[in-house]
Amino acid sequence: MLKRNLIVILALLLTSVSFAQGKYYTKTGKISFYSKAPLEEIEGKNKTVTAVLDSKSGAMQFAVEMKGFEFQKQLMQQHFNENYVESDKYPKGEFKGAIVNNSEINYSKDGTYTAKVKGKLTIHGVTKDVESTGTLKINGGKIDAASTFNVLMSDYNIKIPAIVKDKVSNNIKITVDCDLEPLKG
Amino acid sequence: MKLKSPPLLFVLLVITTQTFAQDSTDLLSLVAKDKPKKEYVYGAFKSPRVIMSHSMEMLRPGVMDFRILHRFGRVNGGAYEFFGLDGPASVRLGLDYGITDDLTVGIGRSTFNKEVDGFVKYRIIQQSTGPKSSPVSLIGIVGSTYTGLKWSDPTRQNYFSSRVAYYGQAILGRKFSEAVSLQFIPSILHRNLVPTENDPNDLFATGVGGRIKVSHRVALTFDYHYIINQNDKAPFHNPLSLGVDIETGGHVFQLHFTNSKGMNERAYLAATEYQWSKGDVFFGFNISRQFQIHKKRG
Repeated sequence: MLKRNLIVILALLLTSVSFAQGKYYTKTGKISFYSKAPLEEIEGKNKTVTAVLDSKSGAMQFAVEMKGFEFQKQLMQQHFNENYVESDKYPKGEFKGAIVNNSEINYSKDGTYTAKVKGKLTIHGVTKDVESTGTLKINGGKIDAASTFNVLMSDYNIKIPAIVKDKVSNNIKITVDCDLEPLKG
Repeated sequence: MKLKSPPLLFVLLVITTQTFAQDSTDLLSLVAKDKPKKEYVYGAFKSPRVIMSHSMEMLRPGVMDFRILHRFGRVNGGAYEFFGLDGPASVRLGLDYGITDDLTVGIGRSTFNKEVDGFVKYRIIQQSTGPKSSPVSLIGIVGSTYTGLKWSDPTRQNYFSSRVAYYGQAILGRKFSEAVSLQFIPSILHRNLVPTENDPNDLFATGVGGRIKVSHRVALTFDYHYIINQNDKAPFHNPLSLGVDIETGGHVFQLHFTNSKGMNERAYLAATEYQWSKGDVFFGFNISRQFQIHKKRG
């Protein structure tokens, strides 16, 4: 009897292990944004994005430190943090959502899949629903998740003063590129 | 005995599914959080100068700051002088450059006394948060001025060294909040040649500077220096400036009122002839335009 219980417990432990294996993560994901205005192009890059994807449910989450965005010009970085996203007040950007067509993705088979993602994006303390289409490249148990979508600064309560209207665009292109590895534990 | 097993199995299954359900609500909690990092504090001032004094802010590496400092005539000249705007104006043109995060050098040329000045500014400690942080920034500045004025008495033996003065300055500053920054500025000024024998060659001063941010792009600023061993008989006073910083993208405009016509350390510490109490005040502006000379790779 004891033996049998032990087997059951072991079996359950195994399930939870395989369950954890169904999750993928990274702490060095990349997110960049791009603003194109008549007089100036601005690009910010962040290489320390934390992301977790649960292949079972399709749920996914991203977190990014706003201060980690790097720019070509130092003044842009300073203005980005101080005047626009106010990174002292709102240090993090977050996305919480899910892959809508998760059932169409076979995580055990290498290949490139199209993923439709829906969720909530929080920037500058404002949360909005966003939708995007991305790709999941599955290769040898690793996932390369990539997506591009646009957000409006005005949606997130970030104001652009009239004086820099020709230099900063309200429409920002966001590119996400994360190499996810299996989460152990 | 056989009957007892299924309930146990069931209970265990329920527990596992429950933990599973909890896990899926916050996936990020599964990934170990990074340890708190030391973060440096930036943006105590909009510009590397408060108004006349250096601020605790440094130029970032590869950034060149072109500064146009302009003082009109005295405000109490009245309507006839259009409150000083008719002049005579005093100007200092300057170029500052950020070599590293903690090292800035600069040169300037002033109308006042036909002076050229240069300085090296080094940040010893930067204010930060997190582990092993410092609540204040400490900065050291050394500089020199050279006057190009014609000798007042060309018939006597004149030395090159007489044209030169040196200064050392420390800045102990703190950004208290997003809006409020304050700094303490002790200075020492050495003049090789002084106007009269009553004037000390080494002048000591303590100063304060600060700002209050009104909005993202506008801040109120002030700086003041108290000259400790001023020659009582000399017509010189303590310099005080009050201003408004307005930032517009790549420019910072510093509009201000001041009783100091000179715009380098020697000039404002040792040669402020005018007094606020008599209305002998100048309206002026500093324009700071920053250029990124060296771009960051990657």
